[in-house]
Amino acid sequence: MDLVQLQRQLVDYRTSLYHEGFLDEQFTQLQSLQDENNPDFVVEVVSLFFEDSERLLNELSKALEQQIIDFKRMDGQVHQLKGSSSSIGAHRVQKLCIVFRNYCEAQNVEGCLKCLQQVKHEYGIIKTKLESMFQLEQQILNAGGSIPV
Amino acid sequence: MLSSGGESGSCSKDMAVELGDEPHVLVVDDSLIDRKLVERLLKNSSCKVTTAENALRAVEYLRLGNDTLEGTVSEVNMIITDYCMPGMTGYELLKKIKESSVLKEVPVIIMSSENIPTRISQCLEEGAKMFVLKPLKRSDVKQLKWHLMKCRN
Repeated sequence: MDLVQLQRQLVDYRTSLYHEGFLDEQFTQLQSLQDENNPDFVVEVVSLFFEDSERLLNELSKALEQQIIDFKRMDGQVHQLKGSSSSIGAHRVQKLCIVFRNYCEAQNVEGCLKCLQQVKHEYGIIKTKLESMFQLEQQILNAGGSIPV
Repeated sequence: MLSSGGESGSCSKDMAVELGDEPHVLVVDDSLIDRKLVERLLKNSSCKVTTAENALRAVEYLRLGNDTLEGTVSEVNMIITDYCMPGMTGYELLKKIKESSVLKEVPVIIMSSENIPTRISQCLEEGAKMFVLKPLKRSDVKQLKWHLMKCRN
């Protein structure tokens, strides 16, 4: 595939992520913070998001396996996940966290379990999509091109 | 963990600005992602930034409550703090700052991911200059800098 095709593919891919509600305006804000002096800013922040999310999802899974469920602690963890997903524009994950917090507050175990599965699912999707996007960007850079805005 | 960084490393935006003119902002947030975001937003706006991962670290850095250690002039021109933090909250940090003779005039901005009117009025009543909903945007930084310039003059 030539450079122009790669660049077009990237723009189309990115646009679809917004249209399908995977990403929101905040991701655009994130990209606008990247420049020649901070060329890896987006990848760095998104990587932190991946690490954070995986840790929190593990902790939430463990919490729901306990005999006595600490809903307050879980709520705090979902709050953190909501915060970081909001900060990078991971729209679907953020929205699910809001629902998840409601179940925590209501101390609804079934609701929490269902929500956790949904969040894990959505997280998996956005992770794959962002990684694909970064790979495309890298291909463009390797081909000597620049990333279209 | 505390980290400081001026604009001296990245030259494009502020060669014309003397380092002494850059406002120094302390950012307090337990989220590493949010610290990084706010730091970048501020540095892109020609601010020197120090970050603290919780209110206790901020208190230590500002030498709050220790009259013998507090300087006569604040080295920090503005403090931006998250509301929800483990241990001491941003609101409690705000109160401590307002109790300090050296630091009470330093503008304090509270950030929160939750839009709770009672929380907002509580912070403003306690003397916060601004209450901002996370995530912080460039337009918020513009407003913030206006407060900074106002306080300096």
